[in-house]
Amino acid sequence: MINERIVITGVGLTSPLGDNLNDFRTNLLEKKSGIVHTEIRHMGKVAAGLCRFDETKYQPKKMRKRGTRVGAISIYCANEALKDAGMDLNLYDKNRVGVYLGITEHGNVETENEIHDLYNSHNLDASFWSHHHNPRTVANNAAGEVTLNLGITGPHYTIGAACAAGNLGLIQGLQMLRLGEVDVALAGGVSESTETFGIFAAFKAQGALGHHDDPALATRPLDTERNGIVVSEGGAIYVLERLSDALKRNAKIYGEIIGYHSNSDATDFVLPNTERQIECMQSALKKAHLTTNDIDIVNMHATGTTQGDIQECEAIRKLFDDTNASINATKGFIGHAMGAAGALELAGNLPSFNDQLVHSCFGITNLDPQCAIKGLVVDQPIKKNVETILNNSFGMLGINSTLIIKKYHA
Amino acid sequence: MAELNYDQVRTHVLNIIADIALDDDVTSIKDDLLLREQLDLDSMDFLDIVMELKKRHKIEVPQEDYPQLATMQSCVTYLTPKFNQ
Repeated sequence: MINERIVITGVGLTSPLGDNLNDFRTNLLEKKSGIVHTEIRHMGKVAAGLCRFDETKYQPKKMRKRGTRVGAISIYCANEALKDAGMDLNLYDKNRVGVYLGITEHGNVETENEIHDLYNSHNLDASFWSHHHNPRTVANNAAGEVTLNLGITGPHYTIGAACAAGNLGLIQGLQMLRLGEVDVALAGGVSESTETFGIFAAFKAQGALGHHDDPALATRPLDTERNGIVVSEGGAIYVLERLSDALKRNAKIYGEIIGYHSNSDATDFVLPNTERQIECMQSALKKAHLTTNDIDIVNMHATGTTQGDIQECEAIRKLFDDTNASINATKGFIGHAMGAAGALELAGNLPSFNDQLVHSCFGITNLDPQCAIKGLVVDQPIKKNVETILNNSFGMLGINSTLIIKKYHA
Repeated sequence: MAELNYDQVRTHVLNIIADIALDDDVTSIKDDLLLREQLDLDSMDFLDIVMELKKRHKIEVPQEDYPQLATMQSCVTYLTPKFNQ
């Protein structure tokens, strides 16, 4: 079982550019922006990527009010993924279903709201503090709300991995399937970060909050004029199964996860490390038994910060300069969806196996010469036979993650 | 200020319940039956009712009195003196 092939058989997502895979893909190919201006407490007008999915499509209003925004995102994505997979969980042993969701942070939204009310409405009387605070802020909240909603009695937890978390959720799901701990994994990444002013304020204090009069240009990874990150919310949850199980039920197979890796920089709280990024990609390639020449698309983490983009480009240049890999980045379209980023950005490229297109970047008017890497799909989608996708996601405290997905072949 | 009667207190309680039992029809509540048997309410919902009484009407319900909130009738009987204090 440890060598079982693990495949993706369902995708559920919500993003600033659509609430299902087809809409998201179409909007990426048509080069639409999902970034808008919005008002954030203590911050005023900021650019952000917001989702518009129906929060009560799969849960009662009361449970939505009791839960969290990220719980609602997770419930929506999990149900959409199962529907897409044609999977009725009632026909499964629910003890053998696991939920593994990557998160960048959790609890800030509810804590900020409670403290705001404590100071502004309750004259610092802590007896008004909500009894919902603890279940809303425990770190497993997002995955736990999914199990409550779907009656799943297998394991559930979140994986705190900064902005590498989306990939880490998928890696955890794959590992649990290979260990035989579960038969179905609902795995991916989620984020509610646009509901907390603190994350915006901290990026601004760091000089890393993207801004522009036109919100569509507020984050422009790889452009000379880029000035930072746009915070977004969203989620992408995948149904993962062992190939043998997927074949038994004639499941639609989006792709096979053939390689992965995660490592740590051990050098800085926020600054990236090119060498560790290279090692992360190399280790993922080794696990996949591939070389750089076998990769058709590299999806960059590329957040729109000056140094982050340059260092990642340097890493990619060293590995892929002599190959025919096409390079793209998604955050110019949708901003940085934090814990959801890796999983969402993979979804943006996954249809390439079928439509044979590589979506472009967004917002690059003057490409930074230091980011002018070979194969970069700067402005328009390109036609190309795609067999393998390498998906990068990196995060603070020096956490790197790489996934390699291959088009399914028997 | 005139004291609130049964129906007026009931309206206040019903408004709170309506904001908590968001998916239920609260217009047909029978006052002498357990609220839990008529609505989809659990312990967290009753804590919500207690909190809303405190926020909206500055009424404190000590934990030992929570059983008084079992039916609409017992709610109103218990809360009327508190509303009129």
